[in-house]
Amino acid sequence: MSRKPEKLIDKKGLRLDGRKPDELRPIKIEVGVLPNTDGSAYIQQGKNKILAGVYGPRELHPKHLALPDRTVLRCRYRMAPFSVQERKSPAPSRRDIELSKVIREALEPSVFLEYYPRTGIDIHIEVLQADGGTRCASITAASLALADAGIPMQDLVTACAAGKVDNTIVLDLMDTEDKEGGADVPVALMPNLNAITLLQMDGILSLEEFEKAANLALEGCRKIYPMQKEALKAKYVSVKEVEE
Amino acid sequence: MSSVIVGLKRKQIAQLIAKGKRLDGRGLTDYREIKVEQGIIERAEGSARVLLGKTEVLAGTKIEVGKPFPDTPNEGVLTVNAELVPLASPNFEPGPPNENSIELARVVDRGIRESKTIDFKKLCIKPGKKVFVVFVDVYVLNHDGNLIDASALAALAALLNTKMSNYEIEEDEVKIKPGYTPLTLTKHPIAVTFAKINDKLVVDPWLEEEQTMDTRLTITVDDEGNICAMQKGGTGYFTPKQVLEAAKIAGEKAGEIRKKLNW
Amino acid sequence: MPTFFERRQLVTPGDLLAEGEYIPGENTYKVDQKIYASKLGLVEYEDKKVDVVALRAFYVPKVGDTVIGTIVEVGFNGWTVDISSPYPALLRASDVLSRPFRPQRNDLSEVLNAGDLVIAKIIDYDRAHDPQLTVSEPGLGKITRGQVVEITPTKIPRLIGRKGSMISMIKKETDCHIILGHNGTILVTGKRLENEQLAIMAIHKIEEESHTAGLTDRITQMIEKEKKKQKEEKKNESKT
Repeated sequence: MSRKPEKLIDKKGLRLDGRKPDELRPIKIEVGVLPNTDGSAYIQQGKNKILAGVYGPRELHPKHLALPDRTVLRCRYRMAPFSVQERKSPAPSRRDIELSKVIREALEPSVFLEYYPRTGIDIHIEVLQADGGTRCASITAASLALADAGIPMQDLVTACAAGKVDNTIVLDLMDTEDKEGGADVPVALMPNLNAITLLQMDGILSLEEFEKAANLALEGCRKIYPMQKEALKAKYVSVKEVEE
Repeated sequence: MSSVIVGLKRKQIAQLIAKGKRLDGRGLTDYREIKVEQGIIERAEGSARVLLGKTEVLAGTKIEVGKPFPDTPNEGVLTVNAELVPLASPNFEPGPPNENSIELARVVDRGIRESKTIDFKKLCIKPGKKVFVVFVDVYVLNHDGNLIDASALAALAALLNTKMSNYEIEEDEVKIKPGYTPLTLTKHPIAVTFAKINDKLVVDPWLEEEQTMDTRLTITVDDEGNICAMQKGGTGYFTPKQVLEAAKIAGEKAGEIRKKLNW
Repeated sequence: MPTFFERRQLVTPGDLLAEGEYIPGENTYKVDQKIYASKLGLVEYEDKKVDVVALRAFYVPKVGDTVIGTIVEVGFNGWTVDISSPYPALLRASDVLSRPFRPQRNDLSEVLNAGDLVIAKIIDYDRAHDPQLTVSEPGLGKITRGQVVEITPTKIPRLIGRKGSMISMIKKETDCHIILGHNGTILVTGKRLENEQLAIMAIHKIEEESHTAGLTDRITQMIEKEKKKQKEEKKNESKT
């Protein structure tokens, strides 16, 4: 049990973990970590530790869910019981179900669903440790898992949150900032197309503050995007420009 | 067959919207007629029925004694639940809540909670042990699109209508006394939902527009024009410019609705 | 009309590959005048055509392809065959049985049973229908011996090599018969188990290093080295 901190931002303008307001947490991404899946990725963002894996496109079960003109994308987001301070029941919570839905809808615009009618793609996300911003980190990882599975996509989807703590707009909120702060705006972006595929908000923000937070979140996405691409390429570093 | 009709309708709706018109004669940022009726279920602590065009939602509140959440030991609890009643649409199946009803409930919940309209500290009976739990149950009775705005409105109207029995605390037990006190609400958060159809935004989409829309965005705004909740839904995407445009319109629309309802 | 990458450079989905009068090829898509990558892979510019050779892919059926699959279900009038693709394939009983087929009397599992491997050709497939197979051509049918290897289907062309140079070299050096299924499944049959193992080793090495230079030479060297090892092992065995 942690006590509420007095202040979320100190006199120097630094946050609890020493970050500047517009600074991301350290991010580590690895692609192709689960050999039995068709595609997978692992992300560490601050203390968040998340695995994402993809199966498909494959025959959809139950069959009556199949669509004649496109792939059915399914997404399951779960938090491990030990991922948070107080044990979380392994049964899916209402939050898990909502997040599964918004994560799926954040990824759907990126996938060419019409290429493989009558099939299904399953995305499984397991949050092993949570420290705020798990939905965003999950999207970043799941998008890579889709690319790793060889599924045709318009763009990668990158996600990041911004919010307000102690009257300052900050990037990439960790758990304490999320809980004690004034607002949280998670955003997902297809950077090359400048398309926002996830947008949620809770807390209180004026119109100006919201604009500032949304822009900061988008900036965060654009910072994570190159890391995502590097992680995807890292599996094939030796490939680089080798002439046959 | 049905997909052919939808295909035709889709074209028709999109063509009209490109001209700034809608199939039911509204402008792009016009709401359907809103009717709010409060206190219609006597057994409930508070209740309200909302008609948004043909969309009909009933909300009832109940207040019971329960346990607080471990991370907020001295605050009361708000629980919002939504039922997509099979009577409301042939596409609603009976059974446990699905992702649509859960999302609906959570978006309504977020709007009320984040606006801080209820002072939950006042609902504490014994810190860490006993608090009042405010249950808001939303019943969708007819689905003609934009369930979120109608449900948020019904939930708020029901809360505004909620009366708590007077009580005293004797040895940590709640004793009911005669008379009632209304639940205090300091804000009126209003949800404003947009549909993106053919790259244009329309407010308060009705069923046929929802069936053809690319994506959806709900913005909940409080009395001071602050945004207190947002939710994007659906498969498509928005550009950053569209989001800011929607945020601006949402503030104006929420003000209009509040004025109309004298809140 | 610029292009934005060097030939054979690694690209990821969403990368802008070319702008202007170009034609989108494999694993790319075009919006307005811009061509983007839709998969992780190596970009190829040939004349006006822009392709991405995918590094990760699954098999998508094509009429005329030869595939190797596993029988997974015996039905009333045919078999369901897993061909390592998003769609299960169908082999009709009438294609296999010469005499008239009576579901009441014939037991299809006596002909082909679940778990059996077949080499087959895709004769029918479109968006609305699962692929349909035939085994009634020479060289097709049930597999009775040899070993099966699975690799990423996009690596099959590399395994074949220029004008079949790679595959014929492996065949010659290992003295094995090799059938390449377009779905990435490969059948290796040799006179001895050691030969088959050698060929499989070579195939796996090609899959792992498919994108590197001088591969043919390295594979030849590897096979020779392994052959020597096998010979010496034999000598030692006969001595003791």
